[in-house]
Amino acid sequence: MLVPILKQGDYLIASVQSELSDEDLLKLRDELVKRVGELRSRGVIIDVTALYVMDSFATRTLRAIAHMIRLRGAETIIVGIQPEVAFTMVQLGLKLEGVMTALDLEEGLAYLQTLHTSKRR
Amino acid sequence: MNKEETKKPTPESSDALLRELVDHFREKREILRQQWVQLMMGKGLLAGLTQEEIETESITIYDTCIVCLETGEYEGAQAYATRMAERGVLRGMTTEQIIGGLLTLRDVYGRSLFERYQHDMERLSAALDIYEPVANKILSVVALAFVEEREKVVRQQQEAIRELSTPVLQFRDKLLILPIIGLIDSLRARQLTEQLLRAIRANRARVVVMDITGVPSVDSKVANHLVQTVDASRLMGATVVVTGVSPEIAQTLVTLGVDLSKMNTVGDLQGGIEVADQLLGYKVSRTEPPATGLITSKEKVP
Amino acid sequence: MADEVRVSINSEYDIVTARLKGRDLAAKLGFSSTELVVIATAISEIARNIVQYAKHGEISMSIIQQGSRSGIIITARDKGPGIPNINLAMQDGYSTGGGLGLGLPGAKRLMDEFEVTSKVGSGTTVTMKKWLR
Repeated sequence: MLVPILKQGDYLIASVQSELSDEDLLKLRDELVKRVGELRSRGVIIDVTALYVMDSFATRTLRAIAHMIRLRGAETIIVGIQPEVAFTMVQLGLKLEGVMTALDLEEGLAYLQTLHTSKRR
Repeated sequence: MNKEETKKPTPESSDALLRELVDHFREKREILRQQWVQLMMGKGLLAGLTQEEIETESITIYDTCIVCLETGEYEGAQAYATRMAERGVLRGMTTEQIIGGLLTLRDVYGRSLFERYQHDMERLSAALDIYEPVANKILSVVALAFVEEREKVVRQQQEAIRELSTPVLQFRDKLLILPIIGLIDSLRARQLTEQLLRAIRANRARVVVMDITGVPSVDSKVANHLVQTVDASRLMGATVVVTGVSPEIAQTLVTLGVDLSKMNTVGDLQGGIEVADQLLGYKVSRTEPPATGLITSKEKVP
Repeated sequence: MADEVRVSINSEYDIVTARLKGRDLAAKLGFSSTELVVIATAISEIARNIVQYAKHGEISMSIIQQGSRSGIIITARDKGPGIPNINLAMQDGYSTGGGLGLGLPGAKRLMDEFEVTSKVGSGTTVTMKKWLR
């Protein structure tokens, strides 16, 4: 199951549509890290609303994606982690340290915008 | 015991004696039941019951006990006790009333057996051998039913208190307040976290002020739960500001070595709301200068 | 056991199948939405453990009844290399497979009961249970 990646202005939006296998996650990582440079994007939003399991592998991969994208000069925001999933992640000991999060796509976009306007000033 | 063993009644004769006992209690039903009710009244065990209730209940209990003796089965007594417990606990009947009542009935039955067999000690002893285990069993069935009912009510009340004690309040757009009052255990901490996370989604909250002024103490387990609540909220994009950490709790947390580096803490609820407003980009200011001075000066003019 | 579900684990794709089936079974029993995610995530962790260390194995899941309570029991079996030191493997952050080292200890935290038995050279069995509240 491939994750569609949309370009919207300065940002890239990857919205996960269904459960992902480990390989899908790694493909998403490679694709995002590649495109963020090609398209000169300043921010990436990964929407995980459709995921009901965020296990240690998924969390580790998402964190790696965020760190790699930062090295490529852009910010990553993970949006749409559901209450049940957030609850399970902290019980498991997963916190996504150093990665920005927002409630949903709308909030994520607003977050990126304030981030960039404040930087420009 | 040993003396009786040789003279122990054969199954046939014990069956016959059982029949005799059942018939005896049925025959004397009205006299014994009245005696029982009188005794209970004397002890003040019937407070709060109407005359009608006393009549119907005492008949039912009396007959149910005889059925237990006759059949050796206690389902009927159990069902009745559960029903009685449900009503009794709700109406505030005390355990003392219930158990006291049954002990009195036990005495009434026992005394009538003494009267009947007082000239035949052997037969009395055989009758008591049959009667006593049944009476004990009935008492334990009823006591258990009441204990279970009490426990059920306590559980329901605990559940209700839990729900009531952690309201998640929307204070402003995107700002929730979670005042926690009372002791927190693991179960409550878990429920509280689930409730807060759902409220964050429902209210699209960005900041949560968690006020623990009303929490008397925490242990390491609970402290970790609170840290988890903060972490989980952050995963959903909400920042948690913790307020009202008492000197005792502050000391506990530091002694336990709970990682507070990422916790956002402010002294009291008011300060927490101010910080939350800053985080949300609100500026709170008075729209007019204090009005009292103006009014008094105006009043003074004419 | 009428409701036993078995999923053989041979590749990382089977991890997704196992946790989906586990969630469906748990849903039948009436677990809350949070508990369904908790159970599915724990299954994901132990299934990945099989893929990572043993390559092949099987996960079986069924409903259990013990006295007045009921729950779900999940067993992961493999004939892989086994775990030389279970205490070490159950420690947070310990990993020989390049992971976060949260797999087994993490799954243990998510479930009510958790047990690992392993013999070097002949395989590992993980049994975990979650009771309905």
